[in-house]
Amino acid sequence: MKNKIFPTIITTIFLMIFIIFYKGLQKSNIYVPETNIGENIPVFKVKTFDNSDQISSRDVFKENKFYLINIWASWCVPCKNEHPFLMDLKNQNNIEIIGLNYKDNKINAQNFLKDLGNPYKTIFFDESGIIAIEWGAYGVPETFLIYDRKIIKKIIGPLNNKSFLEIKKLIQ
Amino acid sequence: MASLIGYYSLVFGLCFSILIIPFSIKNFRNQDVFDNKIISLTFLQFFFVIISFFGLIISFINSDFSNETVFNHSHTTKPLFYKIAGTWGNHEGSLLLWLLVLTLFIFLFLLKSKKQKKQYRILTLLFQQIIIIGFFIFVIKTSNPFNYIFPVPTEGMGLNPILQDPALAIHPPILYLGYVGTSIIFSSTLAATSINFISKEWAKHIKQWVLVSWVFLTLGILLGSIWAYYELGWGGFWFWDPVENISLMPWLALTTLLHCILVLEKRIALTSWVVVLSISTFTLSMCGTFLVRSGILNSVHTFANDPERGLFILIFLFCLIFLSLFIFFFFHKSENKVNDNFFWLSKETSILINNWFMMYFLSVVLIGTVYPIFLEVLSSEKISVGPPFYYKLIIPFLIPFLFAMTIGPKLKWIKSDLKNKIYLILSLIISLLLSALIIKNLNIKFLANTILITSAFYLFFATSREFFITKLKNLSQNLAHFGFSLLILSILFNNYFSTEVITNLKIGETYQSKKVEINFESIKQNNEQNFKAIIGKFNIENSDGNIEILRPSIRIYNQPNIMTSEADIKTNFLKDSFMTMNLVQNQDYFNIRYQIKPFMIWIWFSVLLISFAGLISLFKKKYEK
Repeated sequence: MKNKIFPTIITTIFLMIFIIFYKGLQKSNIYVPETNIGENIPVFKVKTFDNSDQISSRDVFKENKFYLINIWASWCVPCKNEHPFLMDLKNQNNIEIIGLNYKDNKINAQNFLKDLGNPYKTIFFDESGIIAIEWGAYGVPETFLIYDRKIIKKIIGPLNNKSFLEIKKLIQ
Repeated sequence: MASLIGYYSLVFGLCFSILIIPFSIKNFRNQDVFDNKIISLTFLQFFFVIISFFGLIISFINSDFSNETVFNHSHTTKPLFYKIAGTWGNHEGSLLLWLLVLTLFIFLFLLKSKKQKKQYRILTLLFQQIIIIGFFIFVIKTSNPFNYIFPVPTEGMGLNPILQDPALAIHPPILYLGYVGTSIIFSSTLAATSINFISKEWAKHIKQWVLVSWVFLTLGILLGSIWAYYELGWGGFWFWDPVENISLMPWLALTTLLHCILVLEKRIALTSWVVVLSISTFTLSMCGTFLVRSGILNSVHTFANDPERGLFILIFLFCLIFLSLFIFFFFHKSENKVNDNFFWLSKETSILINNWFMMYFLSVVLIGTVYPIFLEVLSSEKISVGPPFYYKLIIPFLIPFLFAMTIGPKLKWIKSDLKNKIYLILSLIISLLLSALIIKNLNIKFLANTILITSAFYLFFATSREFFITKLKNLSQNLAHFGFSLLILSILFNNYFSTEVITNLKIGETYQSKKVEINFESIKQNNEQNFKAIIGKFNIENSDGNIEILRPSIRIYNQPNIMTSEADIKTNFLKDSFMTMNLVQNQDYFNIRYQIKPFMIWIWFSVLLISFAGLISLFKKKYEK
């Protein structure tokens, strides 16, 4: 009898471990670094597109106001696709769109805007790509919705109809 | 093309695995001698996995982005070396490597075990084939490294820059040789248990495999640790990160197993220990794979996570666990009680003490690693277990462990009394005085630290003396224990004497303190094949007038776009000077971290000594035959 108890206990313990692992798997916290949502935006100095003087991000982003910072480049094909959404958002009067031109050639970028229109109030010129890193960006395009100098939403990849409507709703 | 060949080779390999099973069963039942056809079949199986593996390597070398794995983990601008190393720097490729080592080892096992019983060999093969088939299905079904993507992208996503490092390129293969080596021990133990073949001869034969896995596992962990030290940039070498713990657990179990096998070689005792440890070593390795690949844990080693994969390994793992439990409970006959009754002062007793200590350390690491998962499932509370937990629970037990390690090897088998008592007492007093002298000047708890260092010094002196009196007898054991004392001493001194300066500096500025003067002289930019490097130049003047120049750098990789900080390390016999630099957000300042880390090289060296001792033991075996 004694010989049967021990194996049964061990087997039960392992079964329980199995169940716990199995449950843990269902909960699986697939780790997406939810970078800086709800955090303050980074502070940096940067050259703007049309002026080679450095300006501080503090002067651009005012408190109690909505901003959309859009990381883009003329060489980036999905950026062309999302461009109409940005042009549309430009007409909303409670939001300012700031561009972060990422690792780009200035002439190409100017031509891009000439062809498709310029939705940006200000454009930062991030030739080295370092500022995009400070924002915790994965790549181009990427868009951050900012309110009161805090990031409230981050959209990885091009804007689409869904994220566009979401932004519209958030800034109402 | 290479991908296609790779994929079909993989399928062929699986076919051969399935073919081997009926052949082996037929051979097991009908014939008296081992059928050599089976060896040819295992060779073919191994051969097809090699072809498949080379197929993947070639796809990586050619940057064939129609292959999903290559697309996700490679880039045309990457140096050739890292294109190749990228093959196993990802989930799919590393599993293919697992499979390769699995098939290689069973093939070698069959070649090396010709003197053993036929039934034992076939059963080992069968158990190993169960594992191999499980992995084949896992690779083909959930992690196919040869997935085709269309339209074919023109450029890949690149390999994570922190993985682009020579130490890390060879770390996975070496570690896998260790991990997967334990599968042979597992299969062979199950086979030996099933036919009641656990014996002295079996111990002699399996000891080689234990040693091989142990040496590779030790080296693999060492390489990972070295990489973490200079790549992750804060000067630590062990983080108690779940993935590190996962490699430590099989190591602890394997080390214990090695000691038990030593007993079993001499007399039939501790057989239950041997069986349980062999099973747990492999299941712990598998469990590690499960924890890392399923994404159930958060860790610095982020692999592509996928619950489906996790589920597969989990079920497979528990099938193996229940299979082995079944065999253990129903087939294992524990030895006579008389045999397990050791005289209190004997080598056997000291090995038993060692076992219990090791089991204690193992459970601490195990609990620290999986407890957060259990807690989250049972109460939805998230916690993370950090270094203080491990320090508090491990260090106090390290002291008696080190003492036991000093005395134990001096005892004889079966029954003994202590010789050289005078020397043992004398060296204890010397160690005590020496430690007190060292600790006295430091601003830490006197008593606890003195005893800790004393125990380490004691082992150090005892083993060093042994080199002179016993010459080459027992060299491997003594060397390993000596290495271990050196490791503990180096780690302790490293902890006590490390100093650190963290400051923000602009170019041209100088930081001054009593001990050190750091001058940020200049900065320059270099363009390399796949990254831009910003290299700082620092002049450091220590209080004793020594001047050093350190050049830490920041690398900005092009694909994927990630910034990494490369430490500059100047190593000499006594200390490492370690410096990293980071950008500060407003960009005028750089964050500088300057550390003096004493005895770093000795930490690496002592682990090398330990694994070298394993190698000696392995070759001594053959030499004696």
